[in-house]
Amino acid sequence: MYSEKVMDHFSNPRNVGEIEDASGVGEVGNAKCGDIMKIYLKIEDNIIKDVKFKTFGCGAAIATSSIATEMIKGRSVEEALELTNKAVVEALDGLPPAKIHCSVLAEEAVKAAIEDYMKKQGKEVESSVSAGIEPDEEACCSKCERKCH
Amino acid sequence: MTIISLNERKKERNNMDGIRGIYMDHAATTYTKREVLEEMLPFFTEYFGNPSSIHKFGRDVRKHVDTARERVAKALGADPSEIYFTAGGSEADNWAVKGTAYANKSKGNHIITTNIEHHALLHTCEYLEKEGFEVTYLPVDEYGLVSVEDVKNAITDKTILISIMYANNEIGTIQPIEEIGELAREKGIYFHTDAVQAVGSVKIDVKEQNIDMLSLSAHKFYGPKGIGVLYVRKGVKLINLVHGGGQERGRRAGTENVPGIIGLGKAIELAAENLEESSKRIMGLRDKLIKGVMNKIPYTRLNGHPVKRLPGNANFSFQYIEGESLLLNLDMKGIAGSSGSACTSGSLDPSHVLLAIGLSHEIAHGSLRLSLGAVNTEEDIDYVLEVLPEIVERLRQMSPLYEKVKGGNTNV
Repeated sequence: MYSEKVMDHFSNPRNVGEIEDASGVGEVGNAKCGDIMKIYLKIEDNIIKDVKFKTFGCGAAIATSSIATEMIKGRSVEEALELTNKAVVEALDGLPPAKIHCSVLAEEAVKAAIEDYMKKQGKEVESSVSAGIEPDEEACCSKCERKCH
Repeated sequence: MTIISLNERKKERNNMDGIRGIYMDHAATTYTKREVLEEMLPFFTEYFGNPSSIHKFGRDVRKHVDTARERVAKALGADPSEIYFTAGGSEADNWAVKGTAYANKSKGNHIITTNIEHHALLHTCEYLEKEGFEVTYLPVDEYGLVSVEDVKNAITDKTILISIMYANNEIGTIQPIEEIGELAREKGIYFHTDAVQAVGSVKIDVKEQNIDMLSLSAHKFYGPKGIGVLYVRKGVKLINLVHGGGQERGRRAGTENVPGIIGLGKAIELAAENLEESSKRIMGLRDKLIKGVMNKIPYTRLNGHPVKRLPGNANFSFQYIEGESLLLNLDMKGIAGSSGSACTSGSLDPSHVLLAIGLSHEIAHGSLRLSLGAVNTEEDIDYVLEVLPEIVERLRQMSPLYEKVKGGNTNV
């Protein structure tokens, strides 16, 4: 059901962990729906020098988090903001339809972490993500149509 | 190179029945035992006649279909005339519930069941609700047990059917079937039980237990897939579901799945012969597994009843991790299990059974069912107890939920 690429990132996830003095941290999803992604960024001179993640979720949730961290590492903040869930899916050689949701979460986790960084920098940000959705909300994430209950 | 004779190799394969890997998903399905397959094979080729035919080809096959029916009847304490072959457990459940509902409409429109039934039962009841029937879905306690008192209180003068599963497929809890049967009989209400998980694992006697209808499926007790039985006590009124020819004494049309029927007959006979010995052995393995997992892995909950449970069923919830990633990791180590997490259930909600016993969505997502059976050994359990704690710990180390509790109290 999963591509080799997904299984590779699932069984050997890249960049797992935390960054203690992170420049920005983003957490999306909720435990009730079965997936939470948390991304830590270390940003210097507008460049993402280091990135770590922690994920509670299924195989696809872990794989999308892993590949998303790889895709933004070494990039500028602006480049990282351009990361789309579609790009994440393509980089993993596809995901089963029911798991597209996980790629959306990965995109949102990256954006949430960057927004946190920008806020800390005192920059105005227009929130594009639904970070910290309450478990009672119907949708797990803002972009996909997945409903949990 | 050692030369092994063909016979020796065959023997080795026979002993193992060709099973490799650590298969702990017997509640999903079992392999077909070699003795069962061997009895089936001639009915594809040599004995291919239609049991309804008048000629020798047909008559020879008919005899064996009758023998299979007798074997099923004997295993259940029923009469052969009360055994109807179906295409499996789901068809048997559909037939029992729709069949009695439509046949007894003039008496009433109320059905009592539980909220932990298999979907074959629940979705059939939901369908009947759209058709004007009323259904009471009884809750269960934290162990998954339905209360006989609740069943009694739910009965109205419109109640025509009580359908309660014998044992739950996910958490293994065994219901007080005999008491419910007695109550139903006393009130003159039909009692059906979905015994798909129970047959072959626990002793069943439909007469002693006052069961009017019972569903079973061969592939859960080392028979082939696609064949099941609905036991219907003499005198129970139910309409036909599959219309057509006069097979199954005019109540279930369609040319018989003869190899399937032969296989089911052999499998149920074997299961009944070995019932005590095999369930004792498997129960020992189950208890070792449960004890080991509970001792070795903190933040773990055993789902289901500690004692009133199927011999082979172990179901755990591991906090802070999700079931599908757990299953994938186990699979990479050669261990096959299942989970009630949303990602594995095919829907987006975790298992309705785990929610019904009061688990939060979060805890239900982290469930693991290991269902043991004939192929499992002590070594399998030792291996799981070695591998599983490492996998759970690794996934917890990756979980943002776990970092909040590290160093905390390990009692759940």
